[in-house]
Amino acid sequence: MADRKALQAEMISGHSGPAPGHGMQRDLEVCKLVDTTTCIGCKACEVACAEWNDLPFSPTTFDNTYQTMPETRWNFWNLIKFNEHQNPDGTIQWLMRKDQCMHCADPGCLAACPADGAIVKYANGIVDFNQENCIGCEFCVSGCPFNIPRFNPATKRVYKCTLCSDRVGEGLEPACIKACPTGCLKFGTKDDMKFIAEERTKQLRDNFGWKNAGVYDPQSVGGTHVIYVLHDATDPERYGNLPSNPQIPWSYTVWKWLFKPVLGTFALFGFLGVVLHYVTSGPRRTQPEPPAKDGANVNV
Amino acid sequence: MTNGWIDIKNTDMMLIMGGNPAENHPCGFKWAVEAKIHRNAKTIVVDPRLTRTAANADMYVQIRAGADIAFLGGVIRYAVENSRIAKDYLVNYTNASFIIKDGFALPEDGLFSGFDPEKKVYDKKTWNYEEGGDLAGKPVAATPPEKTPPPLPAGAAPPPPALPPNVAFDLTLQHPRCVYQLLKKQYERYTPEMVERITGIPKDQFLKAADLFTSVRKDGDMKKVATIIYAVGWTQHSFGTQIIRTAAILQLLMGNVGRAGGGVNALRGHSNIQGATDMAGIFDILPGYLKMPNPADVDLATFLKRTTPTESKPDPWESFNYWSNTPKFTVSFLKAMYGAAATKENDWAFNYLPKIDRNYSWVNIWNDMYEGKIKGIFAFGMNGVMIGPDSNKNIDALKKADWLVVCEIYPDETSEFWRAPGITADDQKKINTTVYRLPGAGFAEKDGTFVNSARWLQWKNVAVPPPGQARLDQEILATIFLKVRELYKKEGGKFPDPVLNATFAYTNPYNPSLAEVAKEINGKALADITDPKTNTTIKAGQQLPGFAWLKDDGTTISGNWLYCGSWTEAGAMMQRRGTDDPSGLGIYPNWGWSWPANRRVLYNRASCDVDGKPWDPSRRQVWWDEAKQSWVGVDVPDFKVDSAPKDHMGPFIMNPDGVGRLFVPLGGMQDGPFPEFYEPIESPLANLLHPNQSNNPVVKRYKTDMDKYASTGDKEYNIICTTYRLTEHYHYWTKNNPMNVQLVPEPFIEVPAELADRMGIRGGEKVKVTSARSHYIAKAMVTRRIRPMQIDGKETFQIGIPIHWGFRGIVEDEDRTAKTLANQLTPTIIDPNAFTPEFKGFLVKIEKA
Ligand code: SF4
Ligand code: SF4
Repeated sequence: MADRKALQAEMISGHSGPAPGHGMQRDLEVCKLVDTTTCIGCKACEVACAEWNDLPFSPTTFDNTYQTMPETRWNFWNLIKFNEHQNPDGTIQWLMRKDQCMHCADPGCLAACPADGAIVKYANGIVDFNQENCIGCEFCVSGCPFNIPRFNPATKRVYKCTLCSDRVGEGLEPACIKACPTGCLKFGTKDDMKFIAEERTKQLRDNFGWKNAGVYDPQSVGGTHVIYVLHDATDPERYGNLPSNPQIPWSYTVWKWLFKPVLGTFALFGFLGVVLHYVTSGPRRTQPEPPAKDGANVNV
Repeated sequence: MTNGWIDIKNTDMMLIMGGNPAENHPCGFKWAVEAKIHRNAKTIVVDPRLTRTAANADMYVQIRAGADIAFLGGVIRYAVENSRIAKDYLVNYTNASFIIKDGFALPEDGLFSGFDPEKKVYDKKTWNYEEGGDLAGKPVAATPPEKTPPPLPAGAAPPPPALPPNVAFDLTLQHPRCVYQLLKKQYERYTPEMVERITGIPKDQFLKAADLFTSVRKDGDMKKVATIIYAVGWTQHSFGTQIIRTAAILQLLMGNVGRAGGGVNALRGHSNIQGATDMAGIFDILPGYLKMPNPADVDLATFLKRTTPTESKPDPWESFNYWSNTPKFTVSFLKAMYGAAATKENDWAFNYLPKIDRNYSWVNIWNDMYEGKIKGIFAFGMNGVMIGPDSNKNIDALKKADWLVVCEIYPDETSEFWRAPGITADDQKKINTTVYRLPGAGFAEKDGTFVNSARWLQWKNVAVPPPGQARLDQEILATIFLKVRELYKKEGGKFPDPVLNATFAYTNPYNPSLAEVAKEINGKALADITDPKTNTTIKAGQQLPGFAWLKDDGTTISGNWLYCGSWTEAGAMMQRRGTDDPSGLGIYPNWGWSWPANRRVLYNRASCDVDGKPWDPSRRQVWWDEAKQSWVGVDVPDFKVDSAPKDHMGPFIMNPDGVGRLFVPLGGMQDGPFPEFYEPIESPLANLLHPNQSNNPVVKRYKTDMDKYASTGDKEYNIICTTYRLTEHYHYWTKNNPMNVQLVPEPFIEVPAELADRMGIRGGEKVKVTSARSHYIAKAMVTRRIRPMQIDGKETFQIGIPIHWGFRGIVEDEDRTAKTLANQLTPTIIDPNAFTPEFKGFLVKIEKA
């Protein structure tokens, strides 16, 4: 892992002037800031992600949208979600949101995972999957409130965005951040990113008429290490089903609470947890999709 | 661009129209984002579709494709009516006060004065300034009759009308024939109601947009700046140049030209299209925008007399008239071309230059080939069949050619025109065109410069060598040239001299290094030359530091005067990578090199008031230093540096009048000194301003059997169609690259949801779009980002087609598409000034395929 110095924000892409908080000592918690109000949906981040992580191509078909594919795939971890939102006055807002793992402070995937060392959360906030240890049970898939982990049937393992832990460990920014041409993606410490995000939402409220502009950093999962600036934070669902109140399925939290102390010794209890989850939630079910807000969302 | 990419961050207001920079220039668009974040700059996007750029705008206005002049004319009217204009700027830096000749008529019936309906051209003699000093407060009189010219020698053509040296003016702007009054009158007809009827923009929305844009000039305050950003969405019309003129007028009216964060900014569509234009990749210019000789230019003196302007201005003012240096630029160019063979005695080999006898623009080349007049074509770095317009006509033209040479990195539709869908094996037997396909090198496989939209020459290095048998373009071209020269040497010919005597002194003539070519374009001294003012001398053989050193006596060479200064004795300026920006304005004076003279904002004298003080001290670029008696600044002054403000030299030094032109006199424009709204050639309705003159009067339809056009208000073809590009693809190349194909796999057609509902078309279903020429098949993208519009009270639909797919490429070769080309739909019709085809706003019908 990176030392403190390596992860201090020194410069921020697309950000002129000195990085906020430069030179201060603090605990390292990294964060990616996605400003959806300046994202142009150019997909440079999609390409950078696929290239840096050597993700093989898979066929896509036209699906009545600019969106590359309906959801992220085991070999496509970074997806811009395009949504046409109709405002009450009839005008259309074309929304673009970069979808990827949120690197939750309280990761549901990790809570759900029974395999030792398959999912790691680093002190800097990155939640990483270790495919060598993955047993392919796909509990993480149902444990994730953001519908992120993806199973590769060929390798029988699960994959997702690593927040470029390999790059970050070397003191570099994630590949998507490096590629983003508009600077709507920023990377730094959580405090710095929160600060920049709050400033930007204030600007959106004060100068651009977005009264409900706000920062998305859901506390129901302890906050995330990917945060969004939204034009309207009261309705994150319009940005391609971003949950307003993401929840880890209770079965996993209960299971954790009950069995975690003995987990290392009795792997069997892991199996019980599976049964418990199966009984309460059914097999690997993703978050229920909120109903479409209105007929305008033709992004089907 | 008058300004530059980075400079956009200095703006307070952006009008983005006829362009989609977030889509097509995503890297440059970061500066628009910077302006939003750091200056709270507002963005207005006017476009037929809610684009990626519009998604980021503060205000999106949906317009009917091709109605741009009506919208901008309406904004001009609004600015004038509401005094959102820069009065001092207008009076001192534009031709607002100049008096126009009596007899000049505005196009109330659709025609300016002087139209010849038979030839469809204008006699422009009334489009001129009147002669004669200050007319302020004097009674309005008719233009005095012309002095009878001295009798002409028998057979000689009368001299063309010229600008008067001593222009009549009225600084109070009251004279009824002054440009300002005429301009006011011209756009009086563009009322918000008229704008709504023509453009489909509801009056309230139009007024909101006009108010927002002109708000930077509220109460005449000059501090704030607005920029106008456009691309081929403006040029690709049968009146494209006039749309840009309308933007220029608006920016001059508001005093936004020459200023950081202002200007009229063309976003060029390819990485080096600016370089291609500068280096005369167009038939009617020589490098550096020198004019091309024509057959009447019997010698150099005649040519220079025709192409070197003389001063024309109000007497009390001064004009730098920079084009008065045309002889120096021309002779230095001829010396660069023909070296020792260019001597004073032979007019510096002027007669080696080709003389253009007609229009050889893109569309005409293909039309002539179709008519059998052009027998062969070299296609380097372009895919002519895909580009269109009317791809079928281009395919048929190639069938009639004797030969075709294509240099490419992929098998493309042009080199395989004979395999176009619909051509049977039997048909193929009848095609006798010999096709030579040459393996070119890709952009990452060659070095050299790109000149970006900001006029910056930036050197790039080779990333990987060309694979296999692929060769650099210069190697291929040089080899062909040397072979042709050999043939001329051996066999002679009609006129071998230009080929035999062309300079070709490269270390390896069969593969010239681009660094050597770049140095040659910059130019050098052939003899010791001394500047008497500074007493500095440039020795024979040394690279020139700038175009001010160019001479018309054969002692200097320069392949393009505009690039003189880009590769000097100090080294390759275009290779510099200095990241210091002391001004904070994003000037980066030591990064690359921009023409002219490393100046980043053109006409920057206009960023100051008449006394030479910046309009906005927080964004100062250049200013007059009284102590030094010189113009100084953080940018290179675009001005005569020792011309004191009291001398009142005009800031627009490339015009012989020294001023920004609200009114373009004489032959500057073919279709009118002021822009007038005309309908696209194919339009759902007749022009509401003058139904009897619906289209641009000087635009000519093509006459071959292939050239079919829908009629005005056509019952069958009643949907407006426009074409464009996507972020995910680069023209007709990336359909061969799996990554791009993964991002957007297939061709599609954007269809308004309301139209789709009515026709029962669902998203993802195949639809067929047909124009008067041909059809196009792709899947429908049903969207609410294009809404139905009310055009003159009638519901009208627009659809849009991205242009990237053809009959060769990954999905095409897998038979996953219909293999039709978007440009099979487009009409052969061109803008009379720039000769750009009308790809935007033609008529189609749509049905389920
Ligand atoms: S978003 Fe899902 S996969 Fe990512 S850390 Fe949170 S729970 Fe885990
Ligand atoms: S690279 Fe940046 S601007 Fe482009 S789609 Fe990704 S997040 Fe948006």
